Amino acid sequence: MKVDRRSFLSFVIGGAAGTALSPLPWKLIDDSSIWSQMWPWTPVPPDGEVVYEDSTCSLCPGGCGISVRKVDNRAVKIEGKKGHPVNDGGICILGLSGLQLLYGPTRIKTPMKRIGERGEGKWRKISWDEATAILTEKLTDIRNRGEAHTVAAIAESDSGTVPALLQRFMTAYGSPNFIRTSSQVDADELAVKTLFGATGRAGFDLENADYVLSFGAGLVDGWGSPVRMFRAGSLWKEKNVAVVQVEPRLSNSAAKATRWVPINPGTEADLALGIAAVLVSQNMVDTGGVSGFGSWKSDLLSNYPTQKVSQTTGVAADVIVDLAKGFAKADRPLALCGRGKGLVAGSLRETAAVYALNALAGNINRTGGMWAVPESDYIQWPKAATDKLASAGLRQPRIDGAGAGRYADSRYLPNRLADGVNGEGPYPLQVLLVAGANPCHDLPDSKNVRAAFARIPFIVSFSSFNDETSAMADLLLPDHVYLERYEDVPVGAGLARQVIGLSRPVVSAQFNTRHLGETVIAAARAMGGSIADAFPWPDYETCLEETLGEKWDTLMETGVWVENDIDPVADTVRLAGMDAPAIQAEGDVDRFPLLLVPYDSIRISGGTIGDPPFMIKTVADTVIKGKDGFVEVNPQTASAAGLTEGDMATLSTPRGEVRVRIHLFEGIKPGVAAMARGLGHTAYDGYLAEKGVNVNELIGPVEDPSSGHDAAWGIRAKLAKA
Amino acid sequence: MSTLDDKAKGVMDDDAAHAEGGEDTGAGGFIILFFIIGFAASMVLGWVVFPQFLYSQKQQPFSFNHALHVGEVGDGCESCHFFREDGSFSGIPKLAQCTECHEEPMGETEDEAIFVEQYVTRDREVPWLSYSRQPDCVFFSHVAHVVGAKMDCVTCHGHIGESESSRPYEYNRVTGYSRDIWGKNIAGFKRNSWDRMKMDDCAQCHKEAGIIHTSSVQTERDACFVCHK
Repeated sequence: MKVDRRSFLSFVIGGAAGTALSPLPWKLIDDSSIWSQMWPWTPVPPDGEVVYEDSTCSLCPGGCGISVRKVDNRAVKIEGKKGHPVNDGGICILGLSGLQLLYGPTRIKTPMKRIGERGEGKWRKISWDEATAILTEKLTDIRNRGEAHTVAAIAESDSGTVPALLQRFMTAYGSPNFIRTSSQVDADELAVKTLFGATGRAGFDLENADYVLSFGAGLVDGWGSPVRMFRAGSLWKEKNVAVVQVEPRLSNSAAKATRWVPINPGTEADLALGIAAVLVSQNMVDTGGVSGFGSWKSDLLSNYPTQKVSQTTGVAADVIVDLAKGFAKADRPLALCGRGKGLVAGSLRETAAVYALNALAGNINRTGGMWAVPESDYIQWPKAATDKLASAGLRQPRIDGAGAGRYADSRYLPNRLADGVNGEGPYPLQVLLVAGANPCHDLPDSKNVRAAFARIPFIVSFSSFNDETSAMADLLLPDHVYLERYEDVPVGAGLARQVIGLSRPVVSAQFNTRHLGETVIAAARAMGGSIADAFPWPDYETCLEETLGEKWDTLMETGVWVENDIDPVADTVRLAGMDAPAIQAEGDVDRFPLLLVPYDSIRISGGTIGDPPFMIKTVADTVIKGKDGFVEVNPQTASAAGLTEGDMATLSTPRGEVRVRIHLFEGIKPGVAAMARGLGHTAYDGYLAEKGVNVNELIGPVEDPSSGHDAAWGIRAKLAKA
Repeated sequence: MSTLDDKAKGVMDDDAAHAEGGEDTGAGGFIILFFIIGFAASMVLGWVVFPQFLYSQKQQPFSFNHALHVGEVGDGCESCHFFREDGSFSGIPKLAQCTECHEEPMGETEDEAIFVEQYVTRDREVPWLSYSRQPDCVFFSHVAHVVGAKMDCVTCHGHIGESESSRPYEYNRVTGYSRDIWGKNIAGFKRNSWDRMKMDDCAQCHKEAGIIHTSSVQTERDACFVCHK
């Protein structure tokens, strides 16, 4: 048998015919098409039972109700809770991205002890028992030496049971140094105390106002309770309510307003007082609800003539008169303040001036007006008994100087913490506890803050995330994230009613973390004596349930407790607090010809929480591009410095120097530069770290002479081609 | 010229002589033989060897006796494979459902011991391999078929409820999907309605039952997105 060419060909043809008649080619074609339609590496969400769990978002002070969609035990989507008194089904971009905080790679998964150099990122995992022992031994040792006052705690809030437990711990321990992070709340509380003579906060009935005059408040940029503000904004559009935005920069809020009034940065108080002067001089005021009007009136008229105000503010005289008339003619006008999201305390002068405008319009404690809302008072614990060591510690002055001497009117001064630690304080700080705050990124003058942190021998972070402050810590005691824990969320945020939301665990704790409330109670119990006695609760949940009393059932049932019928702290406004000098920007005009102002955006989280990946992706490439951050300047300013769009430049201020790109923007006054706040993280994940510039590297705190609060609205700066 | 012509003629004559000669018939036979060998080999390859290579097998975590359970429960298949309140289908039961009865071992079989030791006491879900899982691009509503059209489970799933042990799970090495979707028969022939669950089988049943939806204006038939969300 001879296998020749023909036989071979015949074999091949036979093989081809046989193959064609077998399922091999047809099945392979089908399978490969199925394979290519559904790549095996494409994640397929597991199927399961769909349930919704209601809770309250506490990523910002807004207090929105949320409904979390779960498939079996995995949370897959966060939605706004329909019918909720704050957000009624709406949700903001940060709230929507919350699951990336829960499941993302930035979580601190277990208690850890630093083993490398500080900031090096070398940690050893420890058990909760060991962690509690390290903390309590350290604290007990310091206290036994009579130095309890050298321990400080910094927290994002001082309302609600968790901050209250921390505060109580500090008191029972013997330290006066509980510090709340800075925000507009500081100036608001002080203004209410000054004008109404009682403790409380301002609430704004925005939904019923018919003329809104905003002095830089970022109405749709995250001011107050952001989703409530979006809804109010839509309502104003529907009802044709005039919204006037006074701001040096054409922000989203300004663009959405019916009228934008560009103003010289930092002169908002002057404009408010100028408008008040027009109202007074033209007899367009309602003095029924004000006291001390007589003497105040003559000061006002002599100090704020329209021409002078026009010169200071850069707003034309006829515009000032026009704004005054619009405000006076409206039935329910409302004036608001607090720059951007209100992340900086601000000055008493400015806040009081704006609140005084409301008083002069006769809208105090009225529908569509400004309400003097009392502080929530549901936490009624017996006073913590203090032993000798604690009493001695509590008699010491605070490290930040708040509440005494020239700072007698302030409660907390986080802006003075760094200086206090760096040698200006009455004693060196030995331990700093950080809960729900990220001072290493959020406090102004980062360089000074870093130097201060380097001097504190022992830093404990309760953060759930690898943020800048936990990177500097010696001991990490990670808290559950908000979707894993019970917590009461009292909502201020400018609401004209009292609202308490309840955070409930939507999913069980994903890692070896522990509720901060539990950690505090456990530490107190471990320390024994009067400290343990101050914490009679076996666990946090019992504490919460007992504290909320009859509200507990309502909260468990509906997730929110609301008191619409407000009993205002006072009805009469004493016109005061507006005679302080204006806050000037730091820096020499000749060396630093420009003014740098930070701005807030709803797409950039400005508080403790850094932008999750979803959110950072929405930031325009005129704000960050790759790793580079931008500074916005008017084309005139840029061309004077020989710069064009996208150029690299050096931006320097008296506090620091950074490299930035230039973004030309017609919506900003010549001579002013603006930079987004909340960027330039060095910690968190690859989506956020090293992107843009932290504006706090460039800006330092400027003390309000009347309180010591940080009232910096900007700083002098210089741009040069890099 | 003539020389070339002669040569050409010579070659042709030579060829003709071969064709007519006795030993050349054998060469033709060989050609056919090789054709048949090639044909047969590829048929064996395609029909027998290829399916062996294409599919791989996995065993279920432990064997499950459907027949026994159906006898014990009151509501047939739906006792364990039930519809949730929102109409979604629960599919393979979760551990929590099993432990309603199996808190303690029931019976003495080896499989029961594996179940209780490995899963119940450790509170781990049983990683069952689903024979009927459709690809992710297919949207299938059980409730529309079982409750809406009152179809029987057997129509699509066969007599699995009568099985006394779990057969091996076979899956396609290329696509990763269960062999039950294409069907046991490699040619794709089916004798029973549950033998195969490809798109054509959906269409065939809908056609036979006279259920032609007209969600697509263009084709006056069901639009793609009815099943491919």
